[in-house]
Amino acid sequence: MSINEWLKSNTYHHSQFRDLKELIEEKERQGLTISLCIPTLNEEATIGKEVIIFRSELMQRYPLLDELAVIDSGSTDKTLEVASAFGADTYLAQDILPDLEQKRGKGENLWKAIYQLHGDIIVYIDADIKNIHPRFVYGLVAPLIYRKEVHYVKAFYDRPLAFSQGVRPSGGGRVTEILIRPLFSLFFPDLTAIIQPLSGEYAVRRSVLQEIPFPIGYGVETSHLLDVYTRWGMSAFAQTDLDQRVHRNQPTRSLGKMAFGILQTFLSRAQSLDILPNLPEVSKTLRQFQVHDQVFEAVEHQILEEERPPMATLPEYQKRLSELEAERSAERLATDASAQSNSR
Amino acid sequence: MHRSNSRYTFEEPRTERSFETILETLPSYQKRVEELTEILLTNLVMIAEIPAPTFHERRRMEFLLERFNEYQLQNCSTDEAGNALGILPGEVGDRNILVVAHMDTVFPSKVDHTVSIQPNYVSGTGIGDDSLGVAAVATLPIILQQLELKLNANLILMSSSRSLGKGDIEGIRFFLNNKGLPISAGICVEGVKLGRLSYASIGMLRGEIVHRVPEEYDWSRFGTGGAIVNMNDVINRILEIPLPRRPRTTIVLNAIEAGASFNTIPTQASLQFEIRSEKGRVVQDLADQIGDIGAEVSSQTGAEVMFNVFSRREPGGIRFSQPLASHARAILKKLGINPRISPSTSELSAFIDREIPAVTIGITDGDHLNEEGIERLEIAPMAKGLAQLIGLILAIDKGYCDEHQ
Repeated sequence: MSINEWLKSNTYHHSQFRDLKELIEEKERQGLTISLCIPTLNEEATIGKEVIIFRSELMQRYPLLDELAVIDSGSTDKTLEVASAFGADTYLAQDILPDLEQKRGKGENLWKAIYQLHGDIIVYIDADIKNIHPRFVYGLVAPLIYRKEVHYVKAFYDRPLAFSQGVRPSGGGRVTEILIRPLFSLFFPDLTAIIQPLSGEYAVRRSVLQEIPFPIGYGVETSHLLDVYTRWGMSAFAQTDLDQRVHRNQPTRSLGKMAFGILQTFLSRAQSLDILPNLPEVSKTLRQFQVHDQVFEAVEHQILEEERPPMATLPEYQKRLSELEAERSAERLATDASAQSNSR
Repeated sequence: MHRSNSRYTFEEPRTERSFETILETLPSYQKRVEELTEILLTNLVMIAEIPAPTFHERRRMEFLLERFNEYQLQNCSTDEAGNALGILPGEVGDRNILVVAHMDTVFPSKVDHTVSIQPNYVSGTGIGDDSLGVAAVATLPIILQQLELKLNANLILMSSSRSLGKGDIEGIRFFLNNKGLPISAGICVEGVKLGRLSYASIGMLRGEIVHRVPEEYDWSRFGTGGAIVNMNDVINRILEIPLPRRPRTTIVLNAIEAGASFNTIPTQASLQFEIRSEKGRVVQDLADQIGDIGAEVSSQTGAEVMFNVFSRREPGGIRFSQPLASHARAILKKLGINPRISPSTSELSAFIDREIPAVTIGITDGDHLNEEGIERLEIAPMAKGLAQLIGLILAIDKGYCDEHQ
């Protein structure tokens, strides 16, 4: 499949899935469960709105979500209190699988969600979105519900590449356009079709999530794309245009740190895939510079992209999975029994 | 005021005792509505984050129609004025109650419309005026459904367009002038403030004086200080106009715009003002005087002076003792709120013009946070505000607010 063919068949706009009743009917027909995970660190300003909108619209009005959880890295503000006040299940990442060595980072929260949450599909939504809307969830889970061959749905926030006034470039972020897309163009051309590879919103089947490793820092989205691509191919991906996403803009220096972490992850994958087999040991120190009294000073940041193994390899998870399956069987039996007694 | 429709029959006896039953039930409504606050807040966020400056309300209107359709209201539609409408049909359906909140705001689309929710309050641009009112209207069908309340009357839910400023309540006027259904009573819903109660409109005129120096103007002429100086003269003369103590009357100078920069003689100045009085005749007299001042300054300076009227309201309304007014006060008191009676110049005026009994109520408490229009609304009182709205709808529906009670 060419990139343009893939774009045509696997790229959606959220408005295609506005019929939530139909979506939920299909979800229920397949017996799917869906969990929403919002990873947080000091997000008290925006978390309340996210929780209330998703709960009200996608749990109470339309039962698309079966679970809404906030997994926090140790906020010093009232993120968890606000989220809990509006009805989210709240967890501290360090309390999940507490016997493991503690690590801190967004990827850690995402990884632990696989253990903690129940859904067959997990949808991850960042907590800093100012213009939150139910489309952020239904736009991402719908391709998974309607197409069994799709395993991983990524958000993007742009109009289609071609529009009525002609053709214009798509709008990825700065790190995407000056680091990721050039890297993908060099080594994984197919993946350039993912319009916003670093977007923090995606929905994934548990069956895939539990099989892939998780960098705990900046590299988590990049490693997901590489791992899913090499194992399941491009047909496993879809992407959905969610229109605008309003969020905090990061300063260029922060993007430098992000790029450094992503590059570590990329090089590590390129080495293990034998694309760049003979890489030397790389430094984990990023040097940025500042001017102080007309003197240049180096500022060093240690950025180590640690990685969690595939969740399926953990004995604790295997045990939990068995428990979840037993719970589900019991629920199914109870539902069947209830249906039978009603039919009598 | 005379009712236009008075031929209703009700199986239930219209006694004060029956109205008492509604009053007694209010606390339980409030409690149950508290459980539905999430839905109200969600509607509030989704409505308030769609910019809707006056004359550009289309996106907000479309969202509301979508909502009305989802709640399976009938006749979900817009009209030539851009109002959003839906009808919750009544069991009997021989009368119609109109609940309205205006959907436009004074904020341009470029202003950040993000809403933030904290456990005790919600904040954002224009959320009190009147996104919360619109959200309350949009949430009513689900509240009535959850409370298992069925009305005899048809409930017309409306979010009106073109209300503010130069909009001059055009949306509600259009609907009332062209409606196919007789309206028995109206409730105008404003976000703030819980306890406000309006059932009368005062006379009002909003206008503008524009002072323009012609291009071929002779700058050597006496008194040619430019448009700003001349407008200053206009303002001084307006401030010298004696205002009567009775009827109570005010002139407010609302906005002024003039000049460009250094080294440029200002050639244009505009002044927006508002006259309010308990007597319509006084409003007109004052408007005439302001017009005369403009003309006099024009004759003295040779500049063009234009006098534009944007909106006008005639004083009127229902009496203090009219059942709709007295029952609205009783409902507030039952909920532990002291009614604050004040005249209104908003949608209520359109009802008054058509001699339809109507009130304006508020839903919660709130305040302005800054000059940019960010408002903060308290979440806790919202359930009480909605219980008030439900109580009022039920009282109208059961006929307790009819004039002949």
